[in-house]
Amino acid sequence: MNKSDLIVALAKEADLTQRKSEEIVNLVFDTMASALVSGDRIEIRGFGSLMVKKYGAYTGRNPKSGTRIEVEEKKLPFFKTGKELRERVQQAGR
Amino acid sequence: MTLTKADIAKKIADDCGFMKGEATEIVEKLLDIIKARLINGEDVMISGFGKWTVKGKHSRRGRNPQTGEELILDARRVVTWKYSPVLKKAVNTSLGK
Repeated sequence: MNKSDLIVALAKEADLTQRKSEEIVNLVFDTMASALVSGDRIEIRGFGSLMVKKYGAYTGRNPKSGTRIEVEEKKLPFFKTGKELRERVQQAGR
Repeated sequence: MTLTKADIAKKIADDCGFMKGEATEIVEKLLDIIKARLINGEDVMISGFGKWTVKGKHSRRGRNPQTGEELILDARRVVTWKYSPVLKKAVNTSLGK
C-alpha cells in the first residue's frame, strides 16, 4: 500500500472527500516528520513509537579495499513496533 | 517532548476544521487501515516518510538467558520500518549540512 492507496482507503472508511482525505494524510505524516526533525519522540499506543538516534563521527573502513573513511556525525530515525501490532502480526503469520 | 495520537488529532481538528472527537476518530481509522495491511502481510510505503515491511523469521533454537534452558523459537513475522531518504535528510538539517 502506498500513500495514494491510504488516501483512498481513509476517504472510504471515514466518509471524507478525496481532497480532504489527502489533506489529512499529508498533515499526519508532516506532523510526525516535524516532530522527528525537532528531535521529539512519537508514541502511538498499539501501533509503535519513532525516535531519532544520534551517532557521533567515526573513522570507518571500506570493507572491500580497506581504505579509511571519515564518517560524519549523523542522526537516523527508528521505529519500534508497539505491543498490540507486534502480537497481531506475529499471530497472523502462523 | 513526545508526540501522541491526541496531539495528531488536535492538529487535524485545528488545521482541517473538525471537532476534536471527529479528528480522533479519523486518526484511529487511519492507523487501523495501516495496521490491517501489515497484519495482512502487506508493506506500507509513505513517500517522503518511510516504509513499513512485514518480514518472515524462520524458527530457530534459542536460549532462555536467565536459566540457560534451550528452547525452539517458532517462526514468526515482524514489522520493520525504514526511513525515506527525504526524512533522513530532514532530521540531519539541524547538524548544519
